[in-house]
Amino acid sequence: MSFKKDLIKGIFQENPVFRLMLGLCPVLATSTSVQNALGMGSAVIFVLLCSNIIVSLVRNWVPAKIRIPIYISIIATFVTIVDLVMAGYLPDLHKSLGLFIPLIVVNCIILGRAEAFAGKNGVFRSILDALGMGIGFTLALTIIATFREILGNGTWMGVPLFGPSFEPVLLMILSPGAFITIGLLIGLLNWTDHARKIRHS
Amino acid sequence: MEIKMLLIISVSAILVSNFVLHRFLGLCPYIGVSRQLDSAVGMGMAVVFVMSIASAVTWVVYRYFLEPTPVNLLARWLHVNPPDLTFLRTIAFILIIASLVQFVEMVIQKTSPGLYRSLGIYLPLITTNCAVLGVSILNIDQDYNFLQSLTNGFMSGIGFTLALVLMAGLREKLELANVPRAMRGAPIAFIMAGCMALAFLGFAGLKIG
Repeated sequence: MSFKKDLIKGIFQENPVFRLMLGLCPVLATSTSVQNALGMGSAVIFVLLCSNIIVSLVRNWVPAKIRIPIYISIIATFVTIVDLVMAGYLPDLHKSLGLFIPLIVVNCIILGRAEAFAGKNGVFRSILDALGMGIGFTLALTIIATFREILGNGTWMGVPLFGPSFEPVLLMILSPGAFITIGLLIGLLNWTDHARKIRHS
Repeated sequence: MEIKMLLIISVSAILVSNFVLHRFLGLCPYIGVSRQLDSAVGMGMAVVFVMSIASAVTWVVYRYFLEPTPVNLLARWLHVNPPDLTFLRTIAFILIIASLVQFVEMVIQKTSPGLYRSLGIYLPLITTNCAVLGVSILNIDQDYNFLQSLTNGFMSGIGFTLALVLMAGLREKLELANVPRAMRGAPIAFIMAGCMALAFLGFAGLKIG
């Protein structure tokens, strides 16, 4: 039961983007298209998974006072791996994600999970936690990207959805669209939460 | 020519590609520390300070230690061919920034207690602010020289502060407004940020020269 909860909590109750509001910079910057969103999401899942495994393996040998620099070095190592692999095999994706691949190092979700979960729990539970949080992050990113790509470009995953008469709302692809989409989505979630609470009581 | 280039970098860093509203860097403090004007100004000053120093230090480290150029100091000291260590950029920069922030905090604490009281609590938060690492990497990607990097760091910090202070001013007024319950707090802040970004898009048409 508890294992299942470790996995599920990151996807819904503690979704890193919509609930905890962590790691927002890459969410807003790379949600211009669903492909970018999935690329960014898988990079984050990989780094989060590897760093959670290593942190939870070494947690008993790391002195408490210097744990943050050690965690950051571990994370930076995996980010460098992702950066180089992506530059080698997926140059187009690497180019469109650009600056935000090296910036995974300072993504608060990853350091946050290392500090709050992997540093205190065993390897298996840390893997589940990383998967849950990573999937939750990717899901949120993909939802935002879906709205922005359909409205702003008339496509989904690069496939045109509407006829040639469709006029794309350019604003959604530009920076204001990102802020407005995430604001409305968080507002919508708050509203459904509130409605559910009223129904329960 | 150099002066003109520096001017272009400054205007572009503050207005055209504002760090928060155009590049989406440093959003956590932008949403988190923008409730009061005082703390927004404090955070902004701390970011300007750290970003300028970080731009200068990371540029020097990249140029003289990581890049395989004839001026590589490692090669000169160890009498070997210049090694290509550019793949260590991310690790090197984040460790430099983390220790730099710690160092700045200690220096300010010893030399100027007044400044420490106003900036102190914001400094530790800055290590994980992606704007600092972001500006260091941008300087390298754009091939800026030392002076241009320093200008870019300082001016991007000013741009960040501008967006943060504007936002804090708006949010203080918003306390008095009757916002629908579901939109209170972060959601309405995002919508306002969207409107500000829309306004800043107007600067994209700016031509210098």
